[in-house]
Amino acid sequence: MSDTTQSGPVLSADGTPLKRSLARALRMQKVRALMLIAPLLIFILLTFILPIADMLFRSVENRIVSDTLSETVVTLRDWDSVNGEAPEEAVYESLYYDLFVAAEAKEHTKLGTRLNYEQTGISSLFRSSGRKLDDIGEDHVKAMEKAGGGALKDEALWFEIITGGASGAGNTALLEAQRTKMAQLTGEDFSADIGFVPGAEFSDLFPRTAMAYTDFALFTAVLDEDVVAEEDPWETVFVAFAQEVQVPGGAEKLAAYTGPGAAELTAAAEALADLEPVSFKASFLDLDEDWGDVGNWRTIQTYSPTYTSGYFLNSIDMQKGVDGAEARPENQQIYITLFKRTMFMSLVITGSCIVLGYPVAWILANLPTRSANLLMILVLLPFWTSLLVRTSAWKVMLQQQGVINDVLVWLGLVADDARLVMINNQFGTIVAMTHILLPFMILPMYSVMQTINPTYLRAAKSLGATNWTAFWRVYFPQSVPGIGAGSILVFILSIGYYITPEIVGGTKGVFISNRIAYHISSSLNWGLAAALGTILLAVVLLLYWAYDKIVGIDNVKLG
Amino acid sequence: MKLRNLTALAATTALCAPMAFAADMADEMTIVSWGGAYSNSQIKAYSEPYAEKTGVTIINDESSAEAVAKLRAMNEAGNVTWDVVDVVAADAMRLCDEGLAMEIDPDEHLAAAPDGTSAEDDFGDLLVSDCFIPQIVYSTTFGYRTDLVGDTPPSKICDVFDLEAYPGKRALEKRPINNMEWALLCDGVAKDDVYDVLETEEGQEQALAKLDTIKDSVIWWSAGADTPQLLADGEVVMGSTYNGRLFSVIEEQDQPVAMLWDAQVFDLDGWIIPAGLSDERKARALDYIYFATDTQRLADQAKYISYGPARASSAPLVGKHAELGIDMAPHMPTDPNNAQNTFLYNYEFWADYRDDIDAKFQAWLAK
Repeated sequence: MSDTTQSGPVLSADGTPLKRSLARALRMQKVRALMLIAPLLIFILLTFILPIADMLFRSVENRIVSDTLSETVVTLRDWDSVNGEAPEEAVYESLYYDLFVAAEAKEHTKLGTRLNYEQTGISSLFRSSGRKLDDIGEDHVKAMEKAGGGALKDEALWFEIITGGASGAGNTALLEAQRTKMAQLTGEDFSADIGFVPGAEFSDLFPRTAMAYTDFALFTAVLDEDVVAEEDPWETVFVAFAQEVQVPGGAEKLAAYTGPGAAELTAAAEALADLEPVSFKASFLDLDEDWGDVGNWRTIQTYSPTYTSGYFLNSIDMQKGVDGAEARPENQQIYITLFKRTMFMSLVITGSCIVLGYPVAWILANLPTRSANLLMILVLLPFWTSLLVRTSAWKVMLQQQGVINDVLVWLGLVADDARLVMINNQFGTIVAMTHILLPFMILPMYSVMQTINPTYLRAAKSLGATNWTAFWRVYFPQSVPGIGAGSILVFILSIGYYITPEIVGGTKGVFISNRIAYHISSSLNWGLAAALGTILLAVVLLLYWAYDKIVGIDNVKLG
Repeated sequence: MKLRNLTALAATTALCAPMAFAADMADEMTIVSWGGAYSNSQIKAYSEPYAEKTGVTIINDESSAEAVAKLRAMNEAGNVTWDVVDVVAADAMRLCDEGLAMEIDPDEHLAAAPDGTSAEDDFGDLLVSDCFIPQIVYSTTFGYRTDLVGDTPPSKICDVFDLEAYPGKRALEKRPINNMEWALLCDGVAKDDVYDVLETEEGQEQALAKLDTIKDSVIWWSAGADTPQLLADGEVVMGSTYNGRLFSVIEEQDQPVAMLWDAQVFDLDGWIIPAGLSDERKARALDYIYFATDTQRLADQAKYISYGPARASSAPLVGKHAELGIDMAPHMPTDPNNAQNTFLYNYEFWADYRDDIDAKFQAWLAK
């Protein structure tokens, strides 16, 4: 503080500067304190913060498209989605090879489900196409299998051909690339040695065929745990070879090939001579004409990046259109309404809790201890009853053939054919939730009011204040921290309430949390649920911040 | 000495026998189902006889309503704790699509009918997914209060939409499935065209417009127990729910309620085995499935609950209710008298359109 007036730093008894030894002592203290709370901290981090963070991360994560259709998303990148024409042959070609591997790994239906959230019909398109993929290039495969007395039916020969025999150099780059691709697709570990390396000569001449066989080899060795050389290769290997040998220049390449099985491959190529080259586009349109639908391709293209804002747009009633975000059709807009309704009803519930709870808390705080304790039990009693029981009890009370209506009809206040509708609407939700959340309001209010000194009121009155002035000017301001604490508790609890609105809310009394629950457990659209949850969390934090600015969080007392 | 050796030997063999058995199959399994009367019927008809036969310990879980979400979470966590799960066919399809359920080969994994018909033919069209082993046929249909509908009780599905002849509240499920189909049927669409119409934007609008005519008189339910309760309380004059629930209101609880079978929507419920079980647990699950879905076992279940067995060969074996002693056959949704006009739920359609139509339906509800 006053270092400048002294000749040197202040020293402690052992000669080190006081500042440093103080800092050390404080640090020791801090570390000890941290160690003491560490178990709780780690517990909360592992069981609360991390799972929630993981869940919220799903609101932007969209890896599945590029992992499943890794090649297609690259070839589709250049496609112009606006001009209204289906993509070119190259895209369908990538799609065939991607989809075949995905179908073998049973990943294509997952992707179908994911994309179906954005475009209706993709789910069954992927499911049915996955089943019928064998139809593509069927004639070519058959012709090749028949050629040369069925030589290419021999799985060992294929293994020879692709590896290039014992002597040939290996193309490890290709193997590694496919390893990465398969690992991304399936989420499994593909780093094991599979006893197979594609040969350099063959894979330079016929890269597509070598790639298809490498996928097959990895799949067979790692997932099926079989020996590659003893299994029949996939149809993709045949189709890829047919495709590569039938393009212009393909025959020359084959002529240049000298490795194992050259004779058999030549025989197969001759057998293909009568057949048209494989057209993937036409084949896919044969499988299902929806593959020509521009909307489907647009969806795949729009959702191909690893991260997407799509879920967040969906959760504010918008969608990703051709030129960026646009509003959803009006008959699908629901979330903004639900967010607004959740806010509004939570405020009403908080308000009615204050109105009902304040007098109760006041009586509790001003009664002699004996009777106050008895009353307290009455306040807490419903608190100890199961939530479902209390909610169902409200159903019995409020329904049209329920207790309240029966009494009103018996008293002659309401006609029997005009019974009041008090449930399955907002009124029912507000009543039931006010009742359920009331203890959360009363308890903090009570503990604050207990600390208010009754002599202040007496003093105010003796100075001439009326009952009302004394209450409003002296007592009420002192009880505000209790109201604040109760309001925060009730509001935050009610904003995320789920089960009570579900049971008594009907159609107009449900909250956003009911939709979140639906997307978690029924539609399995966890991304959208996460986005809705993130928005809800952000809104609560924002309101909390605003509350702090306006009322001040220091003014909140829980007891 | 010698005697003692012998006893010791006998004791070791006795101990070893079940041990050797356990090496092949797990000796504990968790079966997940819906709870209530339905789980009870399964425990009585399948699990108790199976436990008696094999000595396996069976843990019953009642989480079928959240089965799809929970299985997905378990799968992501890499720790699947369920062995056999009872789900509706649509959920089985979802699980199969997500790779969360194991594929089943009916002829390899399921028992043939007593007359030698293969399992595949015995189940027939009901094998709607590669992962699904059908167990029962249930239907979603209407029940009405006999004392609140006047002299001419409702007999057609469209009476649900007739507020003049049958004033009062109706209970409908809070989701588009079934409601949209019924609305179209009652708006003049032929039964065979329903899904073609529902595929189009206009068709969906049409169905919602028809539902709009009764919207103010509808109480929307989300749990199967809601409608029976609402009927028993007289809160609604008619309401849709699962036929087994109505059976228990009518026959077991003796309420003034009757069935309206017209345009009942058939649906299936059955088993799936989660993907990724260890070999022992998989073997146990398959063994249980083989036992629990044979012809006699499926017929036995109908003694406890009024759902139709999924095997063609089980139908003639359906007998009397275990406690009430009444014939169960006339209460089956598949009984010819009840099944004069039925509607077949289209799984493929709803797998595709569920998200889209649900968004529109919920937006319409919130209006």
